[in-house]
Amino acid sequence: MKSHLDTNVIPPSRQREAPRAGLTWIGQSIKRVEDPRILTGNGGYIDDFKVPGMAHAAMVSSPHAHARIVSIDTSRAKALPGVIGVYTGEDLASVVDPCPSFASPPIPQTAIAVGKVRHVGEVVAAVVAEDRYIAEDAAELVEVEWEVLPANVDIEASAAATGDALLHPDDRESNVALDESFNFGPVEEDFAAADHIIKRRLRWHRSSAQAIETCGVVAQFDPYKGGYTIHCNSNFYNFIPFVIGGSLRVSPGEMRIVPKLAGGSFGSKVFSHKIIILTAGLARLAGVPVKYIEDRLEHFTNSDSHGSDRLYDAELAVDKDGTFKSLRFTVLDDYGAYLQFGVGTHGNAMAQVTGPYTIGSFGMRVKAVLTNKCQQGPYRGFGSEVTNWLMERMVDAAANELGQDPLALREQNMIKPDAFPYMIPTGNIYDSGNFQKVLAEAKQMFDLDGWREKAKKMRAEGRCVGVGVATCMERSVYGPTEWWSLNNKETPGFTLTSTPESISVHFDPSGKLFVTLHSPMVGNSPETVVTQILAERLTVAPEDIVFNYSDSQSGFNGVGPQGSRFTAMIAGACVSASIKLEERLKRFGAHMLQRRPEDVELRNGMVAVKGLKDQEKSFGEIALTSSFFRLSFPDGEEFDSGLETTAVYDHPLSTDPDEDRKHLGIFYPIVGHICHIVAVEVDPGTGKVEMLDYAAVHDNGTIVNPRTLAGQVWGGTANGIGTTLSEQFHYNSDGQFTNPNFAEFAMPTANEMPRNFKLGHVETPSPFTEYGIKGGGEGGRLGAPSALTSAIEDALSDHGVKITSLPVTPPVLRGLIRDAEQMAAG
Amino acid sequence: MNKKAISLTVNGRVREALVPPRMLLSDFIRHELELPGTHVGCEHGVCGSCNVVVDGKAVRSCLMFAVQANGTEITTVEGYDTAEGLHPIQQAFWEEHGLQCGFCTPGMLAAAKELLAANPDPGDDEIREAISGNLCRCTGYEFIINAIRSAAKAMREAEIQKTLQPA
Ligand code: FES
Ligand code: FES
Repeated sequence: MKSHLDTNVIPPSRQREAPRAGLTWIGQSIKRVEDPRILTGNGGYIDDFKVPGMAHAAMVSSPHAHARIVSIDTSRAKALPGVIGVYTGEDLASVVDPCPSFASPPIPQTAIAVGKVRHVGEVVAAVVAEDRYIAEDAAELVEVEWEVLPANVDIEASAAATGDALLHPDDRESNVALDESFNFGPVEEDFAAADHIIKRRLRWHRSSAQAIETCGVVAQFDPYKGGYTIHCNSNFYNFIPFVIGGSLRVSPGEMRIVPKLAGGSFGSKVFSHKIIILTAGLARLAGVPVKYIEDRLEHFTNSDSHGSDRLYDAELAVDKDGTFKSLRFTVLDDYGAYLQFGVGTHGNAMAQVTGPYTIGSFGMRVKAVLTNKCQQGPYRGFGSEVTNWLMERMVDAAANELGQDPLALREQNMIKPDAFPYMIPTGNIYDSGNFQKVLAEAKQMFDLDGWREKAKKMRAEGRCVGVGVATCMERSVYGPTEWWSLNNKETPGFTLTSTPESISVHFDPSGKLFVTLHSPMVGNSPETVVTQILAERLTVAPEDIVFNYSDSQSGFNGVGPQGSRFTAMIAGACVSASIKLEERLKRFGAHMLQRRPEDVELRNGMVAVKGLKDQEKSFGEIALTSSFFRLSFPDGEEFDSGLETTAVYDHPLSTDPDEDRKHLGIFYPIVGHICHIVAVEVDPGTGKVEMLDYAAVHDNGTIVNPRTLAGQVWGGTANGIGTTLSEQFHYNSDGQFTNPNFAEFAMPTANEMPRNFKLGHVETPSPFTEYGIKGGGEGGRLGAPSALTSAIEDALSDHGVKITSLPVTPPVLRGLIRDAEQMAAG
Repeated sequence: MNKKAISLTVNGRVREALVPPRMLLSDFIRHELELPGTHVGCEHGVCGSCNVVVDGKAVRSCLMFAVQANGTEITTVEGYDTAEGLHPIQQAFWEEHGLQCGFCTPGMLAAAKELLAANPDPGDDEIREAISGNLCRCTGYEFIINAIRSAAKAMREAEIQKTLQPA
């Protein structure tokens, strides 16, 4: 039978370094090479940076969710001593064009609102002054006259809104910015033939990453050259000039974007183009360098990095023996006031939407709804955290309705270890895996059988104790088709297919290996992983490797840490660079040893004659000779350029979407697997959840540094715990964001973390990446919400509580318990 | 605005300055004294990344005016390490992977310093409690707790070594 996936061919592997035992540096928990400077206060974050003559910006932010700007009076603000300038949206528009948009057709957004505001916190005017205190005083003096419009807060209501409630009446006739349907495989037939259809309405609420450092920029404009120098904490600095050049009316090469160490991102600093455009425009208008650092309130209300906010109507088709047949859903996503990345977060979820299970077909209708809130951006999981939760909720629901054990049902439907590479209905593949092994490891680590007994006993004592298991996917190493593959075919937008990573390396005459990275550090460990991989491949001592970061003019292709891609991608670039550098080391070294290049090899930082013990030249000697004694080598350009190279790595494995979107191609194929098991106790009187025990086993392929990977898993799990138990942005019916601060948006502290956290790893190497490395930056948040939700539902099963919405804060849970009790009482 | 003269000791050095009364201590330390290791995450007293040690106590420098620090003795993260190298708490954070982006770290170090000065052998729950006023979005805290536990041990052992040394 012909399948919709027949045209989706898996290209051969381009792996050069096979995964293997006995590696020297890969797999070691070396201490991070980044740390000493950071630990002593010399990290070099954006707000640590200043330039002579620098002024400071403060913003006038909208107090309304939706309003026309009738007039703005800046005269009092301008008159304040120390103020250099006060600028409205119209002023900014004289030097800057609207922000870029990946949505297609785009939804226009300007860095300062023009004509109307669409969410609380949107900037309506900016002050540039000698210091931030004066700038903020002046911002208070700007007077705006408003005509308030109806605010759209609820997803479903906004989707139906008309008239004055439309957010972008000039560009869209509805607040539904995109409405597309897809069927991957025989969805209708599978549903028609299924014995059971499990239905659930599931709600995932809005929160965001809230890195402890906000976004910031220092921008300078050179009126003679007509270009900008921009220091910022964007994740994406070697790519961003191409994205924002149009907005800033300069060619990408006329911008020098310099990365600063970012104090956390988790997606929130991917791009961050609006703040760059805003600050750059202000520097041009004011004629002085300008620093703008978001304060926490601005980061909450205007940083364009809110997370997923979705309402699903989902159905799972199941046979009576428990076999999953098909999954389909309609999803409304509250994107906020703009649509910067289109529905890329749903494109992302297509990578693993059917989870670790054999499900033959999948259908989806996605509606992107605009509301009067700050727009969405990436947050650890980029949409897949929600579909992971949905999948696991549906499996638990199926187990419940069929009267089956939820774990047995999972095991029954899990993809078997011999089925890889495995193609899911959307066309993405899972490169490799052994989900059963991960599960077995987690069960053992957690002592699942023991805990089930224990929980039973505790329940018999009247305590609400439950255990939840989640088996989820962690896709890694994204291909950029996810950004546009769900766009309407007639308006595909910018159909980018490359997200490369590169590295530049050279030996200096002292024998140190100087490495230039073309992506920034955001809290990940780029220098450490590169140290380990280069030390491995070139036999260089780690302490001889020195790091630098390029800027966008000296740099080369780099996309940066996002989508759990960096380690696997930079490993590819390191291997390419090492191959080239090895060739040169051997060429120069062999000449010095009076041998042929094929007779020498790399050994402990030396070029050494094969099979002979003390016939060798250190890399230092070779570097010194090739740098200062060129005449010692033969004529010919192969001896000219010394020991340096730049290498680019594009992607280990990706293909384009099918033209008719019968499938989406292979775009996120390097998959990890996660099993989280947690035991919780709920206090039914208060709705408070306590985690009694927690085990997480992750398979991220070959591990470069177990400790830094563990740090990622831990941190992601903490984010997932917050998402599940406490973090939610609240809006009232006027569209006021009522908890935009750290006191009321409750992120976990050390006290909210589980006491007995056990972490395990299984290593199923990828056959496609160098050394078999897979990404591991998002897994904690991709697994924790599912396991915790399941455990809480289990703990409250005697009360008949069903959890269909996150987060379950104590008041929410208390409400669910009360409702269930009232239902039971009739 | 009338500036006020203040004099205080920061990392062992006497610093004198004229500051506007409303200038936050965090801004004074970061931008006037040019000690950027003290970080500002929220400016409303919740995250703890601006913690510095004022007269032996970990204090939120975003909730204090520079004028209020007149006459005090302050240690910031720049003042922890010595000629011999990193402070044992910094060293332990390095060894135990107690930081990722490092933005919360100076505040965590200050909290740890205060704790270990008062309690050289804290239990895990005491460590947890001591850092529960500091937000970290990267680490999930576990490795920070490990770091403080191991710093405590190293510092205790160093004390014993000192007493064993001949005078
Ligand atoms: S910056 Fe002072 S507590 Fe957050
Ligand atoms: S290490 Fe990044 S916030 Fe703690």
